[in-house]
Amino acid sequence: MVERQVAEGQTALVEADDLSKLFDVSPPLLNRLLQGKPRALLTAVDHVSFSIPRGTTFSLVGESGCGKSTVARLVVGLHRPSGGRILFEGTDMAAVRGRGAVARLRKRLQMIFQDPYASLNPRWRVADIVAEPIRAHRLLEGRRAVAARVAELLEQVGLAPSDGGKFPHEFSGGQRQRISIARALASNPEFLVCDEPTSALDVSVQAQILNLMKRLQRDLGLTYLFISHDLAVVYHISDFVGVMYLGRLVEWGEARALFRHPQHPYTRMLLDAIPDLEMTGRPRTPVAGEVPSPIAPPPGCHFHPRCPFASDRCRREAPRALATAAGAVSCHAVEEGRLPPVERSLQRAKS
Amino acid sequence: MTPVSGNRPLLQVEDLRVEIRGRRGTLVAVDGISFEIGEGEVLGVVGESGAGKSLTGAAVIGLLEPPCRIAGGAIRFAGDRIDDLPYEKLRRIRGRHIGMVFQDPLTSLNPLYTVGRQLTETILTHGDLSEKAARRRAIELLQEVGIPAAERRIDQYPHEFSGGMRQRVVIALALCANPRLIVADEPTTALDVSIQAQIIGLLKRLCREHGAAVMLITHDMGVIAETADRVAVMYAGRIVEVGPVAEVVRRPRHPYTVGLMGSIPLVGHDVERLTQIEGAMPRLDAIPPGCAFNPRCPHAFVRCRQERPLLEPVELTEAACWLYGEGERQRG
Repeated sequence: MVERQVAEGQTALVEADDLSKLFDVSPPLLNRLLQGKPRALLTAVDHVSFSIPRGTTFSLVGESGCGKSTVARLVVGLHRPSGGRILFEGTDMAAVRGRGAVARLRKRLQMIFQDPYASLNPRWRVADIVAEPIRAHRLLEGRRAVAARVAELLEQVGLAPSDGGKFPHEFSGGQRQRISIARALASNPEFLVCDEPTSALDVSVQAQILNLMKRLQRDLGLTYLFISHDLAVVYHISDFVGVMYLGRLVEWGEARALFRHPQHPYTRMLLDAIPDLEMTGRPRTPVAGEVPSPIAPPPGCHFHPRCPFASDRCRREAPRALATAAGAVSCHAVEEGRLPPVERSLQRAKS
Repeated sequence: MTPVSGNRPLLQVEDLRVEIRGRRGTLVAVDGISFEIGEGEVLGVVGESGAGKSLTGAAVIGLLEPPCRIAGGAIRFAGDRIDDLPYEKLRRIRGRHIGMVFQDPLTSLNPLYTVGRQLTETILTHGDLSEKAARRRAIELLQEVGIPAAERRIDQYPHEFSGGMRQRVVIALALCANPRLIVADEPTTALDVSIQAQIIGLLKRLCREHGAAVMLITHDMGVIAETADRVAVMYAGRIVEVGPVAEVVRRPRHPYTVGLMGSIPLVGHDVERLTQIEGAMPRLDAIPPGCAFNPRCPHAFVRCRQERPLLEPVELTEAACWLYGEGERQRG
């Protein structure tokens, strides 16, 4: 395993250590018995390790089905890992026992979901939605104190305290996402897991939410695990980035370095696939192929059928993580030095 | 309005108005917009949710459903009005000359028929080929849109295709009758980035080879920059800016376009804060008088709140904004 060295002077708040998650996708028992169909397991997360220094943003990117959302759910405890551990301040989250201890841990991490229409109870008033974590964790006593805290939270996310009396349907998508953020902040968490928080929003609203998230991080010292498929959003918000493909973390590293010197052929392909908004006419390798089914991933390196640099070894043997200047990469071609180096001339800021 | 180059306009939309009738009165979803698409030209129509871009597309292909209806203006295809045609006549023109690609490929395909049957049916309806020739043509089309092993896959059902492959089938379906205009409404939105890049490349190649004009409706400025020749930016049911893509992307004129471009995060673009347009697009029942953008506009002045600006030439583009032009009310 690669040593997960983080920048000096920073301690990791959250670590995933060799994390795996398998889902049973077998046909029903009768079909197995009568038709002789075998059990089937889907490896959604395959030995993934990373660490998130306190006060920073770590993003996971990848295409649909790469397992990034499953990692998010594992980290907050919505799924139980099939293997590996999640460490919060160095303690294994699975080893925390007892209701009190679990609740104390839980309130320190919160989640923001993609769909602000599905994640808010339509029958509750906004004030009750935001107050739920406060009441559940008994953080404050008395209705006045709770109401004052809710008003403060609503203002913090750019809503008016009077909005607390309204129902979610009275708000637009962006405002609903602000409500989700206010609810997530209600228990004074240190760590937020954000699963595609802006994917359902228009770009101008996305800008508002991203600006809000950055401001809150600065003001409250929050640590983010950010899940997204949008590389430009990830570049904007992240300190560290991990690229996932079919359940494996194929490359991770410091965000600026990773975007400037992408190592793994998949990372390079993803970067080449971004529409060229500035119309620089930069040369790009055409993207080919599709993500194979995660139920029957290709042997060896999962990316080899789409990889222009695949060799026999790639088809047989899964690559191990190899430390790079700013992170790690899992690729035989990189290890053997077969890969042409790429220095992407990142476009300059717009005039 | 002036189309680029000397191309004769294939589609002309003049002062189009689309209304939605409701119990609480009539809402104006598309408010007096005019644009043209030249032969073989790709016009991008960009805007955020509720800007009226999809309704404009639906109006052009005559697929507005109640309670939406065209309440004014004219749509001309190759010089002839098509917005007031009886259903059967419109259906024939649409089938023969206008292809459609929608966001969700699964809803555009019939799950009960094989891909081949859907393709050959369309080819047979709009052309005079024998059944055998139609099947050959269907296989050619599938090959053309990049579906491997087309001879085998033609007999499969839509559910046997992945999302990206399905969208390719939908594009093949739109190309069946060799249309002169393709209306594509968010054709890449439901797809992953790597598939999106492939579909954009495919659309570009097909327009070039078939010489078809495209009306590309999307919320994604990146897709427009990659594909379109010209772009129309919509806000609250109106076109606020229209011009050559490079010009609109590099030097947006209308304050809304400026804000929109600034709010897009870019790889390699290091900013602590993205440009933020305060507030949200107005609801259809609360569109402010004057310029619809005035409450959110950093440059708004008295006139913006009173009089609606019309599209006026600003160097290479046109913008509907009182900041530009002499402010002389010009029309027609």
